[in-house]
Amino acid sequence: MEWEYSPAPESSAIADIKDRYLPFIDGTFKEGNGEDRETINPGTAKRLSTVSTVNDADIDRAVNAARQAYENVWSDMSGAERGKFLFRIARGIAERSRELAVVETLDNGKPIKETRDFDVPAAAQHFFYHAGWADKLQHLGLGPAPRPLGVAGQVIPWNFPLLMAAWKIAPALAAGNTVVIKPAETTPLSILVLAEIIADADLPPGVVNIVTGAGDVGSTLVNHRGIDKVAFTGSTAVGRRIQRELAGTGRKITLELGGKGANIIFDDAAQDQAVEGIINGIFFNQGQVCCAGSRLLVQESIAEEFTERLKQRIETLRVGDPMDKNTDVGAINSEAQLDRITALMKAGIAEGAELWSSSCPLPKNGFYLSPSIFTNATPSMRIAREEIFGPVLTTMTFRTPDEAVSKANNSPYGLSAGVWTEKGSRAMGMAAALRAGVIWDNTFNRFDPAASFGGYKESGFGREGGPSGLAAYLDTDDEVVTQ
Amino acid sequence: MSHLAVTKTYKLFIGGAFPRSESGRTYQARDDDGNFMANAALASRKDLRDAVVAARKGYAAWSKATAYNRGQVIYRLAEMLESRKAEFVELIMISTGASTKTATAEVNASIDRLVHYAGWTDKLAAVLGSSNPVSSPYFSYSTPEATGVVGILAPTGTPLLGLISVIAPVITGGNACVAVAAEHDPCVAITFAEVIATSDVPAGVINILTGKITELAPHLAGHADVNALDLTGADAELRTSLEQSASETVKRVYVPKGVPDFTAAPGIARLRAFLEIKTVWHPTGALSLSGGTAY
Amino acid sequence: MSSVPRQARDLSVVPTADLPTHLADATANDVSLRRFLFGLPGVDPVGIEQRAAGLATRSIKRTSKLAAIDLAISMVDLTTLEGADTPGKVRNLARKAMLPDPDYPETPRAAAICVYPDMVPTAVTELKGSGVKVASVATAFPSGRSSLEVKLADTKIAVDGGADEIDMVIDRGAFLAGHYGSVFDQIVAIKKTCGSARLKVILETGELATYDNVRRASWLALLAGADFIKTSTGKISPAATLPVVHVMLQTVKDWNAQTGEQRAVKAAGGIRTAKDAIRYLVAVHEVAGPEWLDPDYFRFGASSVLNDLIMQRRAQLDGHYSGADYVTVD
Repeated sequence: MEWEYSPAPESSAIADIKDRYLPFIDGTFKEGNGEDRETINPGTAKRLSTVSTVNDADIDRAVNAARQAYENVWSDMSGAERGKFLFRIARGIAERSRELAVVETLDNGKPIKETRDFDVPAAAQHFFYHAGWADKLQHLGLGPAPRPLGVAGQVIPWNFPLLMAAWKIAPALAAGNTVVIKPAETTPLSILVLAEIIADADLPPGVVNIVTGAGDVGSTLVNHRGIDKVAFTGSTAVGRRIQRELAGTGRKITLELGGKGANIIFDDAAQDQAVEGIINGIFFNQGQVCCAGSRLLVQESIAEEFTERLKQRIETLRVGDPMDKNTDVGAINSEAQLDRITALMKAGIAEGAELWSSSCPLPKNGFYLSPSIFTNATPSMRIAREEIFGPVLTTMTFRTPDEAVSKANNSPYGLSAGVWTEKGSRAMGMAAALRAGVIWDNTFNRFDPAASFGGYKESGFGREGGPSGLAAYLDTDDEVVTQ
Repeated sequence: MSHLAVTKTYKLFIGGAFPRSESGRTYQARDDDGNFMANAALASRKDLRDAVVAARKGYAAWSKATAYNRGQVIYRLAEMLESRKAEFVELIMISTGASTKTATAEVNASIDRLVHYAGWTDKLAAVLGSSNPVSSPYFSYSTPEATGVVGILAPTGTPLLGLISVIAPVITGGNACVAVAAEHDPCVAITFAEVIATSDVPAGVINILTGKITELAPHLAGHADVNALDLTGADAELRTSLEQSASETVKRVYVPKGVPDFTAAPGIARLRAFLEIKTVWHPTGALSLSGGTAY
Repeated sequence: MSSVPRQARDLSVVPTADLPTHLADATANDVSLRRFLFGLPGVDPVGIEQRAAGLATRSIKRTSKLAAIDLAISMVDLTTLEGADTPGKVRNLARKAMLPDPDYPETPRAAAICVYPDMVPTAVTELKGSGVKVASVATAFPSGRSSLEVKLADTKIAVDGGADEIDMVIDRGAFLAGHYGSVFDQIVAIKKTCGSARLKVILETGELATYDNVRRASWLALLAGADFIKTSTGKISPAATLPVVHVMLQTVKDWNAQTGEQRAVKAAGGIRTAKDAIRYLVAVHEVAGPEWLDPDYFRFGASSVLNDLIMQRRAQLDGHYSGADYVTVD
């Protein structure tokens, strides 16, 4: 029997999208002095709202507010009390979770199923986890009373707007810092709802400041003299530039950049689950994930049969309206990103790889792309080396475990890798041999605030989550110096 | 017309419910001036037996919960206690004769104590566990796991803060417990049991008995299905005999160094006392033919 | 959907001689069977439970919900397997199967009723001409702990009584002891005794205990000629679960890819609500395919779920929630 699922749209009413959103500085929402920017709903390509942005003077104000709050309020406060504020914020996120999920889906384009079941709960958990560290810093192995760094300047990307805000704000505050944070220009809304939650939690003004705007605002922020610590998540290109700009300033940096994760399937893998892992690895969040499993390395002995299975499974993916609860793959975040992806796909075809795309129908309006696979790719092709950041998988084969390691490591990136084998010693051995910050054995895209996340090589340095993530926000320079 | 109060019957807290003692006995709880407060249940060894059964069941559910979930439940205890702050301040004042200021400080500290432990559940493995750099081709890790069912003798003194300070570290690690409340403050203990009952704590994870420590403690110490003991509430002489009894089943026994000051920040000794460290080895490396000389 | 008459299908099983070589070879002897079963890809338990949980979040509303409810009702094997079963009880059940909701007579009829072998004649008489099938358990149900002779005799009682379908149990003891050949031979023998009756093979997945075993037992049963692979007797817990049924659906899909023929799956035990049933249909739809959304290829072994399906059906049509007083107790 043919069975069409009826549309199951989540109502957008709960989001109560305002006509205009304002930056959050020193505890209040106030007009910025920069140019207004429109934010678009990628699922429909229609305007969603308008955001007032900041200029340099506003950034000065924000950094100053953060400094004042740090000197006069936050650094004097006991860890236990800081923790209680963070617990409040965690609970606030959980209470307004449905609203946040809808706002995030409307602004980013990712499916409501994902914001509801992953992004928002993970953000709440991130605050909850870090809240508990605030009065336990002496147990990190960094000395009896680790000190915070001061004011952190943070810039986050558009792929997980709320979650990235949580990943930045929670550890910084738990460690005793105050923050000035800039969301991506295409996804400014969910963090501004978070700002309401933060204000409702009575967080002292100036502890968290949110400055809105585009790349220039981010650049001014990270270069600002009043910032003690910079945390950036975004493209490797911009990360390199930030590192260059901050050279010689002594300012602490952590960078979480791009990736070209290898998902490695051995001939003894639990095949059906490996298929799911690949699907998850490259189509979760429309492939717009730094740690996406964007290179499939499948053992040659099973490659043909396995690729067939994979294609059949991809055909069952539901691509469409992100607000429909049954949508598996939503919209690409912006027209610009869609163009970047299709340009690389053209390069792949030109270089001789074979393109296969799902036959799923796509909505007429909005920025959509069919889940796609390139087969017959070779390591030298651009689609095998460059980060596509879209729902496009590049497939290659390998013969032996050593060859898989060699191919997987053969990249300037080193953020993530997946290994699929039923053989425990091989799973452990591959984990030891792969040069990547996150190794997923028989799974993919698992995140937890207790488990550190971050890259090797040009995927960045520094970790988020776990004790090592907190260490990034503490003064750990314990070497004795003469002057 | 003034309102005639409906007096509360204070029962035991076992398996998430409030049963009377199977012995039918009670004893008189008196306030600081010696006035009658309530007839509290006088727990028997059979109540204790039932509580241990409930705790074992509760442990099964609690140890399966994620650390995050346990943290959320303990945080909920703090929320519920906070919302009943005024009631507890008054109860402590009546029960112990404390001033408003002192009683308020005790309740605030109790709430904050719960918040503190709520934040420990998902950090124990990072702080107390390790990845072990063994000198052979194995991936080895050590991780803390809950001991199981812990018998607790609650301290005298601060009836709420003391009770919470001995129970919270035990359940934080995933254990279940049977706590014998301070004999002279059963009302505070059982009112706290009401907070437990409304906080999504799985049935049996915390059980509270009111009665005579001297009568109940030996049965707790000798019970073969109790894995560990916290003897804080026992005096020196009783402690010795309990420790002897505990040796029959090689229980883990925690005895504080002196008289604990529960107003101070807790360390981690009480957390560590009720955790087992499990070490796991798994072969790693040697992806292909290697010659096998690294063993 | 319910009013469209189903075309008669040839549902007979392809004999071993026509199987592709690698499958025919697998059944040559105990050793080759074991080698085949152990060569099947493993199942990662965490991964499969994650996928099952993910699919369970599908939101099935409005017309697709009504279609699912009707389909689910038409897939129910309404079951009574109690020591206390009487002819009266069986007759009531039969009537319920034929007319599940008297106030809404267009409600689809159930697929079958499922009874013990000695109750088959009563069921056959009552259901004559209705299109509702008579399924009978057999083979020393539920434990399966008896001799092959007894199991064959048990089956014969049901077949001679007129049963359209036989729900047999595999020998779990033999399976767990590694005597796969014995399990296989028993199924083949029962299949022979079935004649034209369709054979459902109950794996009792709760006793098999691992997903890998469920996969192996599923393949073993299909190789031996099972028309249906069925999860459970409903007498122990756990019975049917979404991840277990995922494994079985994947198996029949793989079987279809390798042999060209379509075998069926029955989920039995623990399916209590319409919501549960719809979740199973989503799994059938997305793991096996729309071709399995058909009472000939998927069944629910259940009793209480029928009333919940009827109440949900009413709620969809009436626009308000129903109550237990409005559905019959049989």
